[in-house]
Amino acid sequence: MSTNAIIYISVCAVLLLVSFFANRQKTLMGLKRGWFMFRNILVPFLNILILVSIALFLIPPSIISRYLGPESGALGLLIAAVVGSITLIPGFISYPIAKGLITQGASYAVVATFMTTLMMVGVVTMPLEIKYFGKRVAITRNLLNFVAAVIIGLAVGMVL
Amino acid sequence: MKKYLKKIQRYIWLILFAVFMLLSFAFHFDAGKTITTGFKDSLIEMITFIPALFIIVGLFDVWVSKEKIQQHIGQGSGIKGISIVVLLAMLQAGPLYGAFPVAYMLWKKGASIRNIFIYLGAFTSFKIPMLGIEIAYLGIQFTLVRTLVSLPFFIGIGYFMEWYLKDKDFKVNTIG
Repeated sequence: MSTNAIIYISVCAVLLLVSFFANRQKTLMGLKRGWFMFRNILVPFLNILILVSIALFLIPPSIISRYLGPESGALGLLIAAVVGSITLIPGFISYPIAKGLITQGASYAVVATFMTTLMMVGVVTMPLEIKYFGKRVAITRNLLNFVAAVIIGLAVGMVL
Repeated sequence: MKKYLKKIQRYIWLILFAVFMLLSFAFHFDAGKTITTGFKDSLIEMITFIPALFIIVGLFDVWVSKEKIQQHIGQGSGIKGISIVVLLAMLQAGPLYGAFPVAYMLWKKGASIRNIFIYLGAFTSFKIPMLGIEIAYLGIQFTLVRTLVSLPFFIGIGYFMEWYLKDKDFKVNTIG
């Protein structure tokens, strides 16, 4: 078992115990909510694990490190930023993909940029955003977030 | 019959993959075996922490009430106001378009333009369930650096938007 799992399970156990002694009913409700959330993401999550394991087998690490690795330079960042901005991948699904990319030789800066643009910029959801905030605000927000996302990605890459 | 098919549709990839795994082992298809091993490893990795994470998130959901935090929206300026919207965003879940109705609610309640955009920024990047998964997959260092670098940007964007929209009659619409 990984250290991650041990930490999560310990934290979970402590919180459960404290919560249980504080209020049984609330604890049960919390468990129920957690279970519902888990159930909702389980199937899509398994699907993405399947997809990632097939993709990792089919795409050789040499290609990933050439286009997304430390030597890919601006091109790698550009690919990450553009793909991250225009795709609509649910957050929890993007993490196994990100980890797969890193194990196959992608650089932290590229993966971080992909993640930040994915989270912060939404080209596909722009029409909806315009309905809420109007054209000017939606476009400005996405532009600013795009620039910020690339800088944040670069910063993460520099530190890690 | 139609209902039945719809139910199966949800699981179609899992079923196909299970068949693929079985066939790979039955016919000693090496590529299939390698893929299966990769899948098995990532499945084990996920199943060891995800249930615990969701119990933690569920407990959070019950003990830290979003409604209570929402009562304080609009009050307090400066750091206090910012902390409230960031905290509120951290407790949310789901994709960004789920934040727009909340932004409408914030606007209705009199939150400042600045805090509305700080909320949106925090929503994109600081949701607790997402942070939990991110730490497990990419490590605490990655998450720490990313969040710490992001926060000043979101606050900066908030201030910029406030300045930019000052005399532009900013409003948030509701849909449907």
